[in-house]
Amino acid sequence: MSDILPSWLVSIGKVAVSIAVTMFGLLLVTFIISRLLPADPVLAILSDHASADAVAAAREKLGLNHPIPVQFALYIWDVFRGDLGMSLRTNQPVLEDLFRVFPATLELATWGILIGILVGVPLGVLGAVRKDSWIDNVIRFVGLVGYSMPIFWLGIMGLLIFYAKLDWLPGPGRLDFGYEDMVTPITGVMTIDTLLQGDTDMFWNAVSHLILPATLLGYFSLAYISRMTRSLMLSQLRQEYVLTARVKGVPERRIIWKHAMGNIMVPLLTVCALSYGYLLEGSVLTETVFTWRGLGLYITDSIFGQDLPAVMGGTIVVGFVYIIINTLTDALYRFLDPRAK
Amino acid sequence: MSNAVTRGWVIALTPPHWRRWLLTDTPQSRRQARLGRAYLGWAAFARNPLAMLGLIIVLALIGMAIFAPLVTRYSPVVSGDTIADRFLPPGGDHWLGTDGHSWDIWSRIVYGSRTSLLIIFMVSITAAPVGIIIGTTAGYLGGWIDTALMRLTDAFLALPKLVLALAFAAALGAGMENLILAIAITSWPPYARIARAETLTVRNTDYIAAAQMSGASSFRILIGHIMPMCLPSLIVRVTLDMAGVILTAAGLGFLGLGVPLPQPEWGSMVADGRSDILNQWWVCTYPGIAIFVVSLGFNLVGDGLRDVLDPREQ
Repeated sequence: MSDILPSWLVSIGKVAVSIAVTMFGLLLVTFIISRLLPADPVLAILSDHASADAVAAAREKLGLNHPIPVQFALYIWDVFRGDLGMSLRTNQPVLEDLFRVFPATLELATWGILIGILVGVPLGVLGAVRKDSWIDNVIRFVGLVGYSMPIFWLGIMGLLIFYAKLDWLPGPGRLDFGYEDMVTPITGVMTIDTLLQGDTDMFWNAVSHLILPATLLGYFSLAYISRMTRSLMLSQLRQEYVLTARVKGVPERRIIWKHAMGNIMVPLLTVCALSYGYLLEGSVLTETVFTWRGLGLYITDSIFGQDLPAVMGGTIVVGFVYIIINTLTDALYRFLDPRAK
Repeated sequence: MSNAVTRGWVIALTPPHWRRWLLTDTPQSRRQARLGRAYLGWAAFARNPLAMLGLIIVLALIGMAIFAPLVTRYSPVVSGDTIADRFLPPGGDHWLGTDGHSWDIWSRIVYGSRTSLLIIFMVSITAAPVGIIIGTTAGYLGGWIDTALMRLTDAFLALPKLVLALAFAAALGAGMENLILAIAITSWPPYARIARAETLTVRNTDYIAAAQMSGASSFRILIGHIMPMCLPSLIVRVTLDMAGVILTAAGLGFLGLGVPLPQPEWGSMVADGRSDILNQWWVCTYPGIAIFVVSLGFNLVGDGLRDVLDPREQ
C-alpha cells in the first residue's frame, strides 16, 4: 500500500484511524455508562410517578425499544451529528451548553500551561545542571509536593489566604460581580473579549481573577514538566557531543540552551502537550473551587442536577479533546523526530 | 557498582558475618542470592532520606488505621453536644477542633485512614488482576485477540481518568463500592500493558516450550508459568499508583461522589468544611493536610523504589 500512496497520506490515514478507534472506545464506555448502568434510564428522566404512557413515550424517544447493538449504532450516529441530547437542567442542547462553557476552561488551562512551561522548564534545566546539589533536591521536592497536593484543597487554602485574609487577590469567579454582565461574549475568553471591547479596567480585573487558579494549575503541571525536563536534559549532558563542545570551549550556557535544548525540544513538546491534556482534566476540581464557569464546573453541576445527558456530553467532549491532543502529539513526535520511526 | 551500593547505614549496622553471607559473590542457594539482592536493594533504598521519610509516613498511616481506637478519645461518628461542641477551635480536649456536626476532627482523620487504606487495597486487588489477565492473555495468545484486547486497553488509556471515574461514579451513585469500582475501572490499562510486555519476553523461552510439549493447557501455562513472572513489575507499578488513587478518591469525595456521611473520608471532610472556611478554618485545613502528607508519602516511597529497581535514571 505504501508503494501506491505518498507516505504523508498514509501517516494521516493512520492518525485518523487511531483517533476513530479510540473515539469508538470512548463512546462504547459512555454508552455503557449512560444506557446500561442506571437501573432504568427512563426513571432517571421521569419521576417515579410518571404514567405508563409517559414511560412508553420516553422509552420510544430514547430508542430503548431497539436491541442494544442498534441502540449503540444510533448513539454513535447521534454523537457524530453533534447531537449529545438535551440537558435536563438548562433545557438546551448539551452541545450548545458545552460550546458556551468551553472557552472558560481553555483560557484557564492555557494560562496554566504557560506558567507551567515558563517556570517548569528552567527549573528542570537548573536541576539537571546542578544535579544532586541542594538546589536540585529542593526543585525535586517542590515538584513532588505538586504531585502529591490535592489541588482542590490547595485552591481553598489559596482563596483563604490571598483573598479572605490578605485581600491581595479577588475571590472566585471570572470577573468581579459588577463586571460580569458588562462583557459581551465574542470568543468567550475573558482576557480577549475585554480587550476587544477596549476596556482595560475589565481586562486587568479578568487577569487578577486568573492569577490564583492559573498559578495553581501551573504548579500542578510544573511538577511533571520540570521533572521530565530534568531527566531529558541529564540524558543529553552525558552525551559525547557535549564533552566535545566543552573541550572546544563552547560556553556552558550555549551548550545547554542551544545544543542540548535543541535535542530535547521534540520530547519536551510532547511532555507539554500531554500536560495540557491533564490540565483540561485538572480543571474539573479547580473550577469547582473557583466557581469558574467552564467545562469542569458544568460537569460537576450536572452530576448534582442528576443531569446524565449533560455529564456524558461533557465526558465525551473532554475525552475527545484529550484524544485529539494525545494522538496529534504522538504523530507530531514521529514526524519531527526521525529516530522514533 | 559495588562501591556505590555497599555504603549507607544499613550496611554499616549489619553484623559483619551476616553481611559477608549476604554479599557473597558465590551464593550457595537461590534463597541466599535472592536475599542478598533484596538486602542490597533495601540498603540503597534506605540511603535515600526522602524515600525513608515516605516509608515512615506510610507505616504511620497503617499504624494509625490499626490502632485508631488507641490514639483517639472520641468516636468519629458519634457527635458531641450539638451546641456546646460545635466548631470548637483546635486545642484542649479536641486538639484539632470539632466540625459543624460536633465531630472530633482528629478522630475522623485517624479513622479516615482506614477508609483510605481500604480504597487503595480494594482498587489494587480489583484493577491489578483485571490488568494481568487481559495483558497476559493478549501477549500469550497473540493474533486478533491480542489486537482486540490491546486496542481496548489503548482506548481506555487515552481517556481522561478523573472525568471517566466521575462519569462512572455519577451513573452508579455515591458510595464506597461504586467509588472503588470507578477508580478501578480507570486504573487497569497500564497494568495490562506491563503484563503484556512481560509476557512477550517470556513467551518464547524454553521453559514455556517445555510446558507446552508436556501437554499443559494455555490456561495452565498462563496461570502457572506466565502470570507469576509479571508480578514483580506489576507490584512496583501498583505501588507507584497508590498516591494517584488517594488523590482521585479524595477528589471524588470532595465532589460528593465518595463515601456518604457519617463515615469519615478526607476528601468529603474538606468539602464539608469549605462553606465555613472563613470562620472555622480548621475544619477544612487538617483533612487536606492529611491527604497531602499521605500521598506525598506514597510518592516518596514510589520514587525510592523506582530509583532502586530502575537505575537507568542515575
